Amino acid sequence: MKRWLTVLKKEITENLRDRRTMMTTFVVSPLLGPVLVAALFGFMLSMERERSEKSLELPVVGAEFAPNFVTWLEQQGVKIEPPPKDSEKAIRNRDEDVVIRLTPEFPEQWRRGESAELELLFDPSRQTASQTVARTQSLIEAYSRQIGAMRLMLRGINPDVARPVSVRALDLSTPQSRGGQLLMMLPALLFMTVFMGGMSMAIDATAGERERQSLEPLLANPMPRGEIMLGKMMASTSFALASSALSLLIYLLGFKLIPMEQFGMSLSLTPFSCLVIFIALIPLAVLASAAQTALAAFSKSFREAQTQVGLLMMIPYLPGMLLAVNPIKPILWYYSVPFFGQIFVLERIFRGESIEWVPFWIAFGSSSLFALVTLLFAARMYHRESLAVSA
Amino acid sequence: MIDVHGLCKSFKTGKTQVQAVSNVSFKALDGQITGLLGPNGAGKTTTMRMLYTLMQPDSGSVTVDGFDIHTQANAVRQRLGVLPDARGLYKRLTARENIAYFGRLQGLPEATISQRIEQLSDRIGMADILDRRCEGFSNGQRVKTALARALVHDPKNVILDEPTNGLDVMSTRSLRKIMLNLRAEGRCVLFSSHIMQEVAALCDVIVVIAKGTVVAAGTADALRELGGSHNLEDAFVKIIGTDEGLML
Repeated sequence: MKRWLTVLKKEITENLRDRRTMMTTFVVSPLLGPVLVAALFGFMLSMERERSEKSLELPVVGAEFAPNFVTWLEQQGVKIEPPPKDSEKAIRNRDEDVVIRLTPEFPEQWRRGESAELELLFDPSRQTASQTVARTQSLIEAYSRQIGAMRLMLRGINPDVARPVSVRALDLSTPQSRGGQLLMMLPALLFMTVFMGGMSMAIDATAGERERQSLEPLLANPMPRGEIMLGKMMASTSFALASSALSLLIYLLGFKLIPMEQFGMSLSLTPFSCLVIFIALIPLAVLASAAQTALAAFSKSFREAQTQVGLLMMIPYLPGMLLAVNPIKPILWYYSVPFFGQIFVLERIFRGESIEWVPFWIAFGSSSLFALVTLLFAARMYHRESLAVSA
Repeated sequence: MIDVHGLCKSFKTGKTQVQAVSNVSFKALDGQITGLLGPNGAGKTTTMRMLYTLMQPDSGSVTVDGFDIHTQANAVRQRLGVLPDARGLYKRLTARENIAYFGRLQGLPEATISQRIEQLSDRIGMADILDRRCEGFSNGQRVKTALARALVHDPKNVILDEPTNGLDVMSTRSLRKIMLNLRAEGRCVLFSSHIMQEVAALCDVIVVIAKGTVVAAGTADALRELGGSHNLEDAFVKIIGTDEGLML
């Protein structure tokens, strides 16, 4: 048997007996992404339900000053509520999302044909209230437009005169693309699993061994240090991949349970596309493990290794964040940047579009090359004299 | 046989250059126990680390059974059994798995490995702990396992760095017996210690190291003569120039 395989086998045996590593690799890391996605869908589901089912409840102060307006609101399905004692306080205490306040001037201004003023009280810094506020505002505007049109018609004027431009919004998104928008986070979550799955082992196999003083006797064996490093690194790669495969399986099963149509989106994930995604992740897993091993060899202690490897996890998020701020259409060379290229590849797959194989293999090949370079760097780190000399 | 010639090694700690080993030469012959005696920090561990190719010497040469540590490092490692100062075991593996792992890395076939483990277990007296996980082993049990691990490939030369460190009287006694057995089998045994009694009782040749350099070498009798004292202890102190860091 090849000796690096002996190292790999020992690392796997040893780590399979470690509860903490097993938890991270086979429970936390593969489940974290799906749980986040499930939570997001749950949130969206409850928002959707609120929007479609719950009628708008509006507290109106001084409803008696504009009975027609209030009746019109009620006809639109709004439930008019008795006003709170102190409107400002009610908003500030989050008892109410929005309050309409009418003053005695309102009926006078109305009668004179001036623009009658009403007050809308709300707190724009409150995200949860924004839905209600927007609905209230559009209702008031609709009423205002309707009355305005009637007044113009009474004077024999076509209401369109007061509306030089009208907008007709055409929604061109498809159910798939709407899903893709939300699921832009899926690639990032998979990258996280790739990093987390092998992290615990990568740290343990190098920094942990040095801390426990077993690295020095290990290096006294007649095999090149690079080969020892290779065995350890491949062991953590295999854990990262096992973790990713498990995660993909959970997504595959989970997507069947989510009522996608309800969100007006369709996300496709078939066993075949899962396999393609898994293949796309392989070079990334090697790259991640090699970088983690190199850092663990470079750091002076176990604790330092944990910190540095933890920071490393930020790297796969950078392209995702960049794309969230500035969404761009991929140019061919983008695919050659590790993680960045895979985002486009994976997004396309999640959107259910046909896979473009040329960019896929560019991303795969380029990332493999990066992985190889990192691997050689890790081997260099392993050749440092200070590696084995603990304390 | 281990032949050391003009070994030098210095470290950088911050801005200062520390000469850890300077011009160390000695010969450890087969069928003999050679002791490196010196106070703590004299350079014993650094010297040994260069012998088992963990560190590169700045200058000087070492050969093990005629193989050079620079050019034939793997051949050297095959001929050495090493019990380093660091004796970490894999605590989630059993003693047997720990030993077998090193056997495989030495390139031994499985059948030879299990055969060697049985032999070593008999000779070292560790049959009771062989199939226990190493977590929670006593110091003595750890040293026994680490020693078996170092000897699994039946090396002709054995290097032990402060092997009795942290052991109780019983474990120390059994370890000494094992070292005498290794000598009887015709192996070259090199061990380091800062305990004079131990060195005097076991060694055929004593190499006294102080401040990174060899200050004297020879049999116990020769050293007594050199120190001008019938008492070995006094002789050592006189040779080294101080009794700091030594134990009786």
